[in-house]
Order: sequence, then structure tokens, then C-alpha cells
Amino acid sequence: MIRYYLEFEKTIEELELKIEELKRISDGKDIDISSEIKKLEKKVKELRSEIFSKLKPWQKTLIARHPERPYTLDYINLITSDFIELHGDRRFSDDPAIVGGVAKINDIPVIIVGHQKGRGTKERIYRNFGQPHPEGYRKALRLMKLAEKFKRPVITFIDTPGAYPGIGAEERGQAEAIAVNLMEMARLRTPIISIVIGEGGSGGALALGVADRLFMLEHSIYSVISPEGCAAILWKKNGDFSSEDFSKAADALKLTAQDLLSFKIIDGIIPEPLGGAHRDPEGIAKKISEFILTAIEELKTKTPGKLIEERYKKFRKIGSFKEETE
Amino acid sequence: MAWFKKTKGIRTDKKGKIPEGLWVKCDSCKEIVYKKEIDKNLKVCPKCNYHFRISARERLKLLVDEGSFVEMDEGIVSVDPLNFKDTISYKDRIKEKQKKSGLKEAAISGDALIKGYPVSLIIMDFSFMGGSMGSVVGEKVSRAAERAVEKKQPLIIVSSSGGARMQEGIFSLMQMAKVAAAIGRLRDNGILYISIMCDPTFGGVTASLATIGDIIIAEPKSLIGFAGARVIEQTIKQPLPDNFQRAEFLLEHGFIDIVVGRKNLKETLAKLFELLL
Ligand SMILES: [Zn+2]
Repeated sequence: MIRYYLEFEKTIEELELKIEELKRISDGKDIDISSEIKKLEKKVKELRSEIFSKLKPWQKTLIARHPERPYTLDYINLITSDFIELHGDRRFSDDPAIVGGVAKINDIPVIIVGHQKGRGTKERIYRNFGQPHPEGYRKALRLMKLAEKFKRPVITFIDTPGAYPGIGAEERGQAEAIAVNLMEMARLRTPIISIVIGEGGSGGALALGVADRLFMLEHSIYSVISPEGCAAILWKKNGDFSSEDFSKAADALKLTAQDLLSFKIIDGIIPEPLGGAHRDPEGIAKKISEFILTAIEELKTKTPGKLIEERYKKFRKIGSFKEETE
Repeated sequence: MAWFKKTKGIRTDKKGKIPEGLWVKCDSCKEIVYKKEIDKNLKVCPKCNYHFRISARERLKLLVDEGSFVEMDEGIVSVDPLNFKDTISYKDRIKEKQKKSGLKEAAISGDALIKGYPVSLIIMDFSFMGGSMGSVVGEKVSRAAERAVEKKQPLIIVSSSGGARMQEGIFSLMQMAKVAAAIGRLRDNGILYISIMCDPTFGGVTASLATIGDIIIAEPKSLIGFAGARVIEQTIKQPLPDNFQRAEFLLEHGFIDIVVGRKNLKETLAKLFELLL
């Protein structure tokens, strides 16, 4: 299996290639090198633990964007049954960068909505790299309203570099579509549970994230601006940026799940398998499902009035300022 | 932030202010205009109606009944939750901007009368870190919205902002949700909210408070949008259409109700109050 390794995983890659090579050589031959292989495998595991225990924010950003990382539809396949995808915003078109529909998680009917990135060049273009147009946000809201009408919990998966910056997007009101979602999610009379599964890119991510419970995967990120965008603003140097610059910007932005938990912006971190979610999609999906079910259990007894009151307070209290009195 | 395009035709200096000197060249119409004449004309070019950027205090003067403004929440000031540092620390940048602008933050808030109608009012000031919304602006807007509900008076927000304030990271992003939620409560309580967008209004401010007014007004030729023109051009690698992201462009596409010049703004608001309240 060809795997995609990130820059800082090079030492792991070398060892794993060596293991595969040894396996290939020994295959069907009368030489026993299994103890050698075992030793190397142990070494790989240690090395990976070592590297992943002290990931820097920029490295986490790269894992959050890893091309093999599970996307919304992968999780829908892994944790739901009876999923029926629902399409379109009833105003302009259907945006493939956001998917949604009805499904069951553990026999509980829910509405699921999430950003969708593509795998492979063709699908990535089709999904517009997970960057929605206004139609996507309006579809998402339409489905959330459906959930409200039928008293179903809403589950959202957040994974986008950001809302798409384009002419059509501006003409059709990208800002308005996001703003309306923020306002309407705040007053939606049914539980909302959001999980950042990869990239939480600014307003385009938040537009699916005004939730009663907000979780992040261990190596996901959530930020007001991308490290690249931040670097471009801070160190205007005409596109000539190194990963060092991005690394510095990522540090400054405090965009990791661990940062957001310490700021009390999120309610919990969902631990990922060693090496990242893509190393064990079934395992991480099961964990996600557990977090969702626990949250539904906590929220289902609350009246709609209490839900939106608590949701209001949850966001109302976010802010970092001091008040000087004369 | 500084990502919107340097627009062809209209050029003020970097800060968007009219350069010093007796005469000013309006780059919108290229006419040389006597500076005093522009000042007398509410900082609007008398030849072409270009609205120069003005400060929050100047706007206040144009908008409310004399002596009626009571400033509120003026003591709320930024702290530095991320310990953010670029060329200088965020803390120092705030101090520097405060000294330079005489403002404590990028928006002023208070109660006022507009032709006798009591309102809750927020006015942003682009000269203070690009009018960006961090925790302070978010808190001021939320409190103003809550006061509007309490006192049953309309909320008026005059926006002029580059968007969310990068230096407060995720806290700034979350202000978008916070203010949108607070404005949602106006809807639940039947309180009028009028959003007035000025040059420029972008990013996290358009994508939260500015585009969800019951009535949305924009100053002529203001640049208004979600993404900055430069970012869009870099993404799509195509030239942008004429008039792109101007107030008139948004009017044409159905995202604002009226384009109103500075001179007629107060009058227009009073009319709307009379007809709606
Ligand atoms: Zn002119």
C-alpha cells in the first residue's frame, strides 16, 4: 500500500519501507527474519509515539489536511446506517462542498451535515477542495430546519479551508449565507453537536459550528485565519514564504485542539489513533460515535427553550477583555 | 486586514484619510478640490459623490441629535489572550493605536437620539486596527443588542471594518457567533435592527452582524464583501468585473436595501423609524 508521509514522518517512512522490503525478501523463503521485523516494528511504533507526542501546531495543520484523512462521508459511512443524502438549497443549486442528510446513529435518527473534501484530483475539484459556496451554507441551514421540525438532533462535521472566495460566491451573498447560519443556529430549537474533524477554516467553518457541544479531533485545527494567510499579512514578502514562516504563524494563532480546550472554546478532544485518524478510520469513527451518543444523551432531556438559552450563554461568554472603570 | 484591493480610480492615502494640504485630488474623478470644500461637504467629493472614510466621532456628529449621545461600555479594553506578537506585541499595538486615534477600541457604543427617536448605537472606526472585531467590539455589540431589547429601542450599527481581528485568533472568530446570536434575539423580540455599511466592510463583520439587518443601508461606492478582492483574484486568476463589491453592486444583487449618501442618512433613518416603529 502506498502511503502518503508528511515531511516530519520521513524517518518513519524509511523504517516502514525497510520492513516491507524485509517482508518481501523473506516471503516464501526459508529464512527467518521475523524477529528482525518485530524489532523494527517496535522501533517504528516508538518513533511514531515520540514524534506524535510533541507535534507542533504547523505539523498538526498538515495532519489536519492530510490527503488520506477521513472526510465527512467516510465517517457517515462508518458510524451511521440508513443514510439518505439530501441535496440542494432550493434557491440556486446543490453545493458538493457540503453534504448532508438523514441517518441513524445507533438507531437514533439524526440529521448530519458536513463539509466534504474530495480524494483524487477529479473529486477534489468536484468538491471544490471543501470550500463551500453560499448554496452549501443555505442547504446546511435547510437541513437543520428540517431537524428542528422533526425534533432530530443535528450533527455537523467541520472540515474546510474556508468559504470559497470567488465572484459567484460574492454575487450570491457568501457573507450573508454565513451570517444567517450563525444567527439561525443560535436559535435552532433542537440539539446541535459539532465536531471539527480536520480543518476549521474561519467563518466558513463556524457557519456549521454554533453548537451545544463542540468537539475537536486530537490533531484538527480551528482558526480565524490559516497560517499561510496570517503569514502573508504579518510578513508581506511577495509570496516567498517558507514552512518556517507558516510554522511561526501557526504557533502565534494557537489553533490546535489543545489550545482551544485550554481557552474553554471547545467541550472536549476526541483522541486519535497513533499517527493520525487516517491510520485507523474505524477506530476513530467509533470514538466519534461515542462522543456523539453521550452528547445526545445529555441534551435530549432539555426543552428547546433551555437548549437555546444555554447555547446563547455558551457563546455569549466567549471573549477576552477587561473593564476599566474611571 | 489589509487585503482589499487598492481600487483603481479611488485613492486616498494608506490610512484612507484625505492627505494634508490645501488642495486634494479626488482620485475617483481626478478633480482637484479645495480641501475646505470637502470638509464642508461632510467629507464627500462635491464633484463625484465619493465618500471619504471618516472617524466614528465624525459619524456620530452627523447621525445623532446634538448632545444626545451617552457613551457606554467605554471602559472595555483588549487584553492579549494569545500573547500575540508580530513585529511588535499585540499589547503594544493596542497602546499605539489608542494613542494615535484617541479611541480605546475599534467601535464606540452608546444610547442616542436620532431626530428624537431613542436608539442603541454602535459605530466602528476603521482607523483603529482596520475597525477589526475582536473581543471588545464583539462584547460592545452584544451588550448594545441586549440593551436594545431591554429598552425596546432599535439597534443601529455603522460598520467599517476589515473583519475579525487576527491577533485574537479563535476569540475573534467566536465573536461572529456571539454577535449573530445577540442580533437573533432582536428578531425574537420584535426589535428593529438597521445595519449601515461604509467603506470598507469585509470578512467576519459582513459574515456576521452587517448582513442580517432588517434593513441594510450602504454609503455610495463603499467596498463591501466577504473575501478581499486580492484574495479572490489570486484564487480565480481572472480580472474582477467593474464595480465589483461596491455598494451599488450589492444593491443590484439584492443584498442591500438602499444606498444612501451621508447627507441624507439621518433623515432616512428618521423616516424609517416613523414608518416602522
Ligand atoms: Zn471626486
